[in-house]
Amino acid sequence: MSGIPHDHYEPKTGGEKWLHRRLPIVGLIYDTIMLPTPKNLNWMWIWGIVLTFTLVLQIVTGVVLAMHYAADVDLAFASVEHIMRNVNGGHMLRYIHQNGSMLMFLAVYLHIFRGMYYGSYKAPREVTWIIGMLIYVLMMATAFMGYVLPWGQMSFWGATVITGLFGAIPFVGETLQTWLLGGPAVGNATLNRFFSLHYLLPFLILGLTIVHIWAFHTTGNNNPTGVEVRRTSKEEAEKDTLPFWPYFVIKDLFALAVIFLVFWAVVAFMPNFLGHADNYIEADPLVTPTHIVPEWYFLSFYAILRAFTADVWLVQIVQFLSFGIIDASFFGVLAMFGAIIVMVFLPWLDTSTVRSGRYRPQFKIFFWIFIANFVVLTWVGAMPAEGIYTNIALIGTTYWFAYFLVILPVLGLREKPLPVPATIEEDFNQTIKADLERKGGLGRGPEPERVPAE
Amino acid sequence: MTFRKLALSTLCAAAFALPSGGAMAAGEPGKITDFAFSFEGPFGTYDRNQLQRGLQIYHEFCSACHGMDYVAFRTLSDPGGPELPPEEMRAFAAMYEVWDPELRDWRTASQTDHFPDPNFEGAPDLSLMAKARIGFSGPNGLLINQLRKGLGGPEYIASYLLGYTGEEDFQAGSMFYFNEAYGDWVSMAPVLFDDMTVFADGTPATEEQMAKDVAAFLMWTAEPHLNSRKNAGLTGVIFLGVLTVLLYLTNKQLWAPVKARAKAEVKKQNKG
Repeated sequence: MSGIPHDHYEPKTGGEKWLHRRLPIVGLIYDTIMLPTPKNLNWMWIWGIVLTFTLVLQIVTGVVLAMHYAADVDLAFASVEHIMRNVNGGHMLRYIHQNGSMLMFLAVYLHIFRGMYYGSYKAPREVTWIIGMLIYVLMMATAFMGYVLPWGQMSFWGATVITGLFGAIPFVGETLQTWLLGGPAVGNATLNRFFSLHYLLPFLILGLTIVHIWAFHTTGNNNPTGVEVRRTSKEEAEKDTLPFWPYFVIKDLFALAVIFLVFWAVVAFMPNFLGHADNYIEADPLVTPTHIVPEWYFLSFYAILRAFTADVWLVQIVQFLSFGIIDASFFGVLAMFGAIIVMVFLPWLDTSTVRSGRYRPQFKIFFWIFIANFVVLTWVGAMPAEGIYTNIALIGTTYWFAYFLVILPVLGLREKPLPVPATIEEDFNQTIKADLERKGGLGRGPEPERVPAE
Repeated sequence: MTFRKLALSTLCAAAFALPSGGAMAAGEPGKITDFAFSFEGPFGTYDRNQLQRGLQIYHEFCSACHGMDYVAFRTLSDPGGPELPPEEMRAFAAMYEVWDPELRDWRTASQTDHFPDPNFEGAPDLSLMAKARIGFSGPNGLLINQLRKGLGGPEYIASYLLGYTGEEDFQAGSMFYFNEAYGDWVSMAPVLFDDMTVFADGTPATEEQMAKDVAAFLMWTAEPHLNSRKNAGLTGVIFLGVLTVLLYLTNKQLWAPVKARAKAEVKKQNKG
C-alpha cells in the first residue's frame, strides 16, 4: 500500500494461496499493520489510535444506549433517567458515552494541533488533512445532535440557539431553519431527526477514518523532523523505519492505557464535572436558562460567533457595503464557519518549504500564541458576552484569522529555518546520543553532520 | 380528591406563595457552605442512616408540595440506598397515593410505583435536584472551585434550606423570603426548624442536621448508583494501572534492541 519499500505478504500454505488468489484480505491486513513507520515518532503521535479506539467505544456504548432510549419529547428525558436507574450498568454506559465524547474532542484537538506543528498537512498529505477536517466537522455535528437527545434544558436551548444560526442567513435562512428543525421551533420532529442522524453520522466518521488511514498509509507517516523516509532501497528504508506491528502497536497501547486510566477515573469519580447542571432539568420551552452555553469543545467557536456585535466597525462597514444584507448576527455566523473552513485550506496557506515547526524558530512563537489563543477563546466562550469578554473574543478571533491568512503565508517566505537533519535515522540517533550524554555515557564527540534546509 | 390531597394542598397554599421563575437557580449561587458529606471523594459512600433520616424529612415536610417522579418506591430497598427492609418499604409506599390512569382515580401506591408528582405546580420535582444545581463555580469560569470542592449540588440544597435571613417581602399578593444561598428573594418559605421531628436513631434534629440529611437523601435520589459507580472506578483504576505497568515494561523490552543498535552506532561515530 505504501510507497515505502518493505516486505509484502507471501502466502505460503495451499490454503493461504487459495484464499489470496480469490480475496487478498490477509495481504491487505498484513500490509496495513506492517506499515513501515518512522522510528522517531514522539508521544504526540498517539492521538490517532486514541481517537479510533474512542470512536469504537462511542459506537458500542451508543448502540446499547439506543436500545433503551426513546426519541420522543414526552419520553426522552424519562428514558435517560430509566437508563441511569434501571438498566443494568446503564449509568456507567451513559457516563462513558457522555465523557467519551469529551475525550474524543480533547484527542482530536491535540491530533489537529500536532499536525499543525509538525506540518503534517503539507504535500503530499493534503488529502489526509482535508479528510481529517471533514471528520472533525462531522464529529461536531454528531456531538451537537447527541447533546440534544437527553432533552434537558441545555439540550433544548442549545438546539434553539445553534439552529437559529441558520436562520440568520439572508433570504433563505428562515426556510432553511424550518427545514432543519422539521417545524417552526425545536420539537418532536427535531428530536427524531437528530436521533436518526446521531446514529448515522458516526458510521460515516468510521468510513472516513478508514479513508484517512488509507491516505496516510499511501504517503507514509509524517514525523517530528518532517523529513521523508528514504525510499531508494529497502535497506535504507529500514534504517529510518520500524514496522507498525509490534513497535508502535505496543507503544500506542501503553499510551492508550494511561489515557484510559485517567478517563476511567473521571467517569467513575466526577462524571458530571464537565457537563451542565441545567441539563438535569427537563426541557421547558417556556423557561430560558440564564446562560446558554455549549459544551466546552465548542466554546472557542462560540466565542468567535459572539465576538462580532453590531458596534464593531468592521461589522458596520460590511453591513453598509452589503446594503444591510450582512448584519451582525450573519457576520458572526460567517466568522464561525469561516474559522473552521480556513483550516481546510491550511496546506496552501502555509508557504514554508520546511515541513516541521521544530526547525522554524519564528513559526514556533506564533504557533504557541495560536494555542494560547485557542484556550483563551474557549474560556471567553463560557463567560457572558458582555464587558471585557467581547473585547477579548474580538482580539482572539482576529488572531485566529490572522494566523491562517497573514502570518503563515508571509512567515513561510520571510523566515530563515534552522538546518534539518538529513535522515530520520540521524534524528533518532541524535535523541539516543542526547540521552547518553545526559547520563554521561559518552565523551564529547564531533557534531553530527547537518544539511541546510534548502 | 382524597383527604390527604386536600390536606396537602391546603398546607402548600399556606406555606408557599406562587413562585416566579425560581426554578432556574443554576446561575450564580450565593453563599454556599461546603458541608462535609460521607459520599464525597473517590472512596465516599452514602451513609444509610443519613439517607433514612433524609427520607423521613422528605416524607414529613418536602413531599407536602414537591414530588419525585423518577424515584420508584422499590429502590428504597436497593443496596447503597436507604436500604429499608422490603416490608417496611411496602408499608412506606402505602402511605402515598398515586394517580392511576387505568382506574382514572387515585389509589394506594405499591412498591413498583414512583413517588407522586409535585402537588403544587410551582414546586419543582426533586428527583434530580442535587444534580440540577451547582454550589461551587469559578472563579471567572476557571473551574478551580469545582475541582477543590466538587460540584456542590447537595451543599447547595442544604445551604438553601438554611439560607433564610428572616426578611420577608409582600409583593403582588405573594410573600417572598430572602435566601442567602439563592442570593435573592424566593417564594419558598423556610421549612426547617429545630426539633420539628424526632429521628429513630437518636440523632438530634437540629436545623442543620435535617438540612444536611435531606440534601444527602436527594443526592441519592439523583444518583442512586453512586456507590457501585465508585466501586467500578476503583476496580478499573487498579486494573488499568496494572495494565499500564505491564505495557510500559513490554514497550521498554521491545524497543531495547532498537535503542541498543542506535547506541552502538552513536558510539562508533563518536570514536571515528
